[in-house]
Amino acid sequence: MKRRKFLKSVGAGVAATGLGGILAAHRAPVFAQASTVHILRWNDFVPAADKVLREVYVPEVQKALGIKLNVETVNANDIPARATAGIQSGSGPDIIMLLNNYPQLYAAGAVDVSDVAGEVGKAQGGIYNLPKSMCTVGGKWVAMPWATVPALLAYRKSWFDEIGVKEFPKTWAQYHAAGKKLKAAKRPIGQTLGHTFGDAPTFAYPLLWSYGGQEVDAKGKVVLDSKATVESVRFMTEFWKDAHDEGGLAWDDSNNNRSFLSGDICASLNGASIYVAALNGADKFKTEKGAPLHTDILHAPLPAGPKGEYPYHTAFTHMVMKYSKNAKAAKEFLRWAHTKANYEKWVVVQKGFAVAPTRDWEKHPMWDKDPVMLPFKTASRRGRHMGFAGAPDKKAAEAWNKYIIVDMYAQAASGKMKPEESVKWAAGELRKIYT
Amino acid sequence: MGAGGAAGAALPGERVRISRLTRMLESQKVLAAALLAPGVVILLLFIAYPFVMALWFSLTSIRVGDPGEFIGLANFAKAWNDTIFQTAFKNTVFYTFWATIFKLALGMWLALLLNRHFRFKRLIRASMLLPFIIPTVLSAFAWRWMFDPTFSVINWLLYHSGVITDRLPFLSDGDWAMWCAVLVNTWRGMPFFAITLLAGLQTISPDLHEAAALDGANAWHRFWHVTWPLLIPVTLVVVVFSVIQTFSDFQLIYVLTGGGPANSTHLIATYAYQVGVASGLLGEGAALSLFMFPVLFAVVWVQLRFMKRMEGA
Repeated sequence: MKRRKFLKSVGAGVAATGLGGILAAHRAPVFAQASTVHILRWNDFVPAADKVLREVYVPEVQKALGIKLNVETVNANDIPARATAGIQSGSGPDIIMLLNNYPQLYAAGAVDVSDVAGEVGKAQGGIYNLPKSMCTVGGKWVAMPWATVPALLAYRKSWFDEIGVKEFPKTWAQYHAAGKKLKAAKRPIGQTLGHTFGDAPTFAYPLLWSYGGQEVDAKGKVVLDSKATVESVRFMTEFWKDAHDEGGLAWDDSNNNRSFLSGDICASLNGASIYVAALNGADKFKTEKGAPLHTDILHAPLPAGPKGEYPYHTAFTHMVMKYSKNAKAAKEFLRWAHTKANYEKWVVVQKGFAVAPTRDWEKHPMWDKDPVMLPFKTASRRGRHMGFAGAPDKKAAEAWNKYIIVDMYAQAASGKMKPEESVKWAAGELRKIYT
Repeated sequence: MGAGGAAGAALPGERVRISRLTRMLESQKVLAAALLAPGVVILLLFIAYPFVMALWFSLTSIRVGDPGEFIGLANFAKAWNDTIFQTAFKNTVFYTFWATIFKLALGMWLALLLNRHFRFKRLIRASMLLPFIIPTVLSAFAWRWMFDPTFSVINWLLYHSGVITDRLPFLSDGDWAMWCAVLVNTWRGMPFFAITLLAGLQTISPDLHEAAALDGANAWHRFWHVTWPLLIPVTLVVVVFSVIQTFSDFQLIYVLTGGGPANSTHLIATYAYQVGVASGLLGEGAALSLFMFPVLFAVVWVQLRFMKRMEGA
């Protein structure tokens, strides 16, 4: 074959297969780009759920939509760095799982998912208010709520029985009294006041609210330095010394799980991961009498303060990133994952640790199986957001990220500052944010 | 034939090219420029460009996903009045000062020991480098486990041997946590001091020690009047490197304490990360981290001047 004839025939082949257009456009065809979706999530505290993503979702979404799902999991505390790096560099995962009000921080880098949220909410009885407030900016959904991890106290029923507390304390004062007795018996309460995303803020914010304290008013004016806040910090300082494992100042979100499962603490604010781990490891985790540990665990809401009880539950959301070249496929994946049949596969293995963001799932038969998990079923109905009574906006997210409320309690509990000084410090830090 | 002819025709041209290149490289200026070029390109790309970008970021209100606008020195003013930053600055100075002192003292001691003759000398010298070789993140995790508030192996040993009745608050008390961080940094950085000082020790002629010994100098006098003066230049270089690394340390604190409890162990680098990367306030984070620059610049300048004076002397 002569050279000219060869080139002519190759050129005809290129044109026939459409490669000419692709080469001219310097881009891969749309169907090829849309076939891979990279999702970044945390290492789930219920490992079976990550298994569902990798072993069930990956093959099924490939079969159903032709999407090759690439699941990457990292420590939850490292996700913000990945999101920031992705948005600034314009490349990274197509979907990033975000916690709490992080969607507010990264809203500028998000694809509008209002259509997905609208469809899922309509089909499944509506999305709860707490995840809705975290995911919407100016009425636009910048992230799709995936799940909520309700924070409830896991406690050792028999240990509370032994000190004569047959019903779990309903007020902070009762809880303090019970905790004092239990700590004296070397069975303290375990609570983190460390720099960690989950259990520390889900404890500190509700304690503040239960005394009537709040960061800002509805207009965004800082009102933290109030008598109510000082009272709550003063209470916590005494409560900490009398009833807590003081190592909690350095705990992350996994320390209380380990301490509870090894029989070192009597109670801890947590998702249901302690109970789920005890249930899954019934042969491994035992009470001092040799019974499976899960048979001695119950759940209760945080006690009420003088102004009531207002929980905070951690929202887990999925943001489709604006820089993604596969945003359309990423949204299709979310639609597919949120259908009842597909979502069920993931949510049932959670056994209540993470609950759905929509109300219809309260009716699922999974809740009939284990009465110990029942408090988690409706926990998402109530709850305040960080930055209450203002918006859960990026200022609230910044305050959370700097652990200002957590440190307000930690500084007083550790004796580093007096309660009044710590409140003054925290209010000052908040004012720098809310200027 | 044709190809051979073409090659034959190209030969004189190639000769000309080669000789021109050779001639160019014979010039010291050109050769120096050619050899320096890769280094300069790397410095420009990976040091100068990020530095200039950080400088620009620090002067703007840039947030993640929002380029922001020029705001002058407002980020620096905010940082200056930020009490967490003030704590982080003090912590950084404390951490750097004590870690460097311990690394120098223990590193010198180790170097003097390793400079003696004993069995398995080479094996021990090599194994001494292990803390320096292991990735900091891994070793920091191991230390975190050893200092764990509940499951610390150190607490367990002390408790079961009857030394303590209550757990020691390694990471849950602010002061303890800072000293733990200093300890881990010392453990990690000491081999660098020891091996560099050992190299310095080996350049000192044994004749000097023998002469001093003959004159009646004891071990301390020999160290103070012979070894130490000759080691000062090496020591200063090691200290400069160590101060720079320790002052800008991030990994160790991030893994060991996350800056807690209650900001007691936050360093400038970890706080800048928390503000800039985790909170998405890139401008403020850049301003915070740039506070390290004048301090480090001053340290390096003073030490280099001192070295120059010594060389002159």
